[in-house]
Amino acid sequence: MIATAMLPRLSLRRTMPLSRGFATSRVDLANTLVFLEHKKGVFNPATLSALTAAQKLGGDIDALVVGGENEAADVADKAAKLPGLKKVLYAKHADFANSLSEPLAPLLKKIVESNSYTHVCTGHTAVGRDIFPRAAALLDSSQVSDIIGLEGEDTFIRPIYAGNAIATLKSSDKVKVFTVRGTAFDAAAQEGGSATTEEVKPEGVESLTDFIEEKVSESSRPDLATASRVVSGGRALKSADNFVKYIEPLADQLNAAVGASRAAVDAGYADNALQVGQTGKIIAPELYVAVGISGAIQHLAGMKDSKTIVAINKDADAPIFQVADLGLVADLYDAVPEMLEKIK
Amino acid sequence: MRASLVNQLRVLVPIKRTIDYAVKIRVASDGKGVDQNVKFSMNPFDEIAVEEAVRLREKYKDAITKITVVSVGPPKTADVLRTALAMGADDAIHVEVPDKAIANPLEPLGVSKILNEIVKKAGEEEEVGLIIMGKQAIDDDASQTGQMLAGLLNWPQATYASKLEFPSGKVEKGAEAQVTREIDGGLGIVKTKLPFVMTTDLRLNEPRYASLPNIMKAKKKPFKKLSLKDLGLEDQVKPRQEILKVAEPPKREGGAKVDSVDELISKLKEAGRI
Repeated sequence: MIATAMLPRLSLRRTMPLSRGFATSRVDLANTLVFLEHKKGVFNPATLSALTAAQKLGGDIDALVVGGENEAADVADKAAKLPGLKKVLYAKHADFANSLSEPLAPLLKKIVESNSYTHVCTGHTAVGRDIFPRAAALLDSSQVSDIIGLEGEDTFIRPIYAGNAIATLKSSDKVKVFTVRGTAFDAAAQEGGSATTEEVKPEGVESLTDFIEEKVSESSRPDLATASRVVSGGRALKSADNFVKYIEPLADQLNAAVGASRAAVDAGYADNALQVGQTGKIIAPELYVAVGISGAIQHLAGMKDSKTIVAINKDADAPIFQVADLGLVADLYDAVPEMLEKIK
Repeated sequence: MRASLVNQLRVLVPIKRTIDYAVKIRVASDGKGVDQNVKFSMNPFDEIAVEEAVRLREKYKDAITKITVVSVGPPKTADVLRTALAMGADDAIHVEVPDKAIANPLEPLGVSKILNEIVKKAGEEEEVGLIIMGKQAIDDDASQTGQMLAGLLNWPQATYASKLEFPSGKVEKGAEAQVTREIDGGLGIVKTKLPFVMTTDLRLNEPRYASLPNIMKAKKKPFKKLSLKDLGLEDQVKPRQEILKVAEPPKREGGAKVDSVDELISKLKEAGRI
């Protein structure tokens, strides 16, 4: 017992920076578990970014995949090919199929504790945001959400106030639980690795919640979270019909994903899965075309890291023009058809 | 049909006082936080939580005995608790921490431990059967507290809710609830049983404004003050994170305005974007 009581103190001493403001990355200390989120065997892009973040920590990296009875082992084989992993743990159970937090948080706790992981991370996605804080509480760890950078194994960088300030913080937790902003780290490759796989038998899985159904917007367009080009529509579209008539063809012509402002989603013009912003998706495509979007703070938080921002808006004073690289003050009902005609 | 007292539900709504969403924040001169001399109000997601609790009672009348709002924060936190009372909550609990705590804010883990204790304490007089809270605070953007609280209580959680329904029409301990959740790519529907923790997404409802008569009435509603010492949690909620630095994000300069679609297209082609 004495030994375990001393552990945190000891590791704290050993991770002290050598001098103020100089964070040392003690690669010999990090032992990281990445929770790999997948849907029917397809890894979530943000999960692959979390793996890249884990690689920046140095040290050993293992992964955990979970799934229903018939999929977990196959997905683990797939995960074994991800670069830089030592071991892929997998757990199967009917209740793991839908990534619900109640059965998965205790599993995470057990795996982290029995393998003495120092770090555990995943993408800051709907699933990661749901499961991880619950697991962190069980581990008595103060989670660090949505990191965009790290400086050493205990120092993280994350946006606060909808990205209007950037905080650098040092965590003294024994186990560092963190989620990773997908757009801040490159996605890890999906081949080149040769990890071993190992099954973890879950015990006493308790399901407090039943999954009923998922209503996912099906689309043949590129996925909004990872598309290299995005065309987004705002309130100025005035109707769902106009959204289909103006935004979608332009997106298709540019081979872009479709996005929407919160105003457009709340007004029912577009599905909420398409919302770009602090409360929707945070994206950083090569090209972001904002059509009829004024540029509220919460929207800018979701797209201001795009490489090139184009704004088309009637109002020359709209805040979106303050971040747009190319601004066109024009009525979208004239400008968009003209673009469709002229982009060949 | 009056429900018997045993089956009635006490709803707990944890709320937070945050810098108003419309304020353009400035990084503080010490580079460790942001300027606090600005307008504060109730975290918008928490307003939605209060509204949902009040609507639940409007819909199921006798099923809900009491809506209790609770907040952890410095003395001025009382203001947002009064706002919640004016919106229709019945009583308030203020866990007061000293003003200097603003500089070293409690982390979600600490807050969830306090709330866990409040749920137990409140249960001594009247059991809490449902907790509704915002999905995240717009200052720390952590999106953790509800999930952590559910974990500590070992209750089910329904996060990012945009719809709450009780298919059986019963709202009591053990009754089944159906929650529509906002997930990546669309909506997910889950079923769970009371008691549970639900966190609110923006689309759950449109919060009401507190009217002047209700603001006056709110002043007379029960208001309890507690300290961390009262809860015996002084040592357990100490921050685990040290803020080394808070900085402005890299500034993005607006570029040029173009005069025509032709110019826009040629510039995009030049840049290799199309």
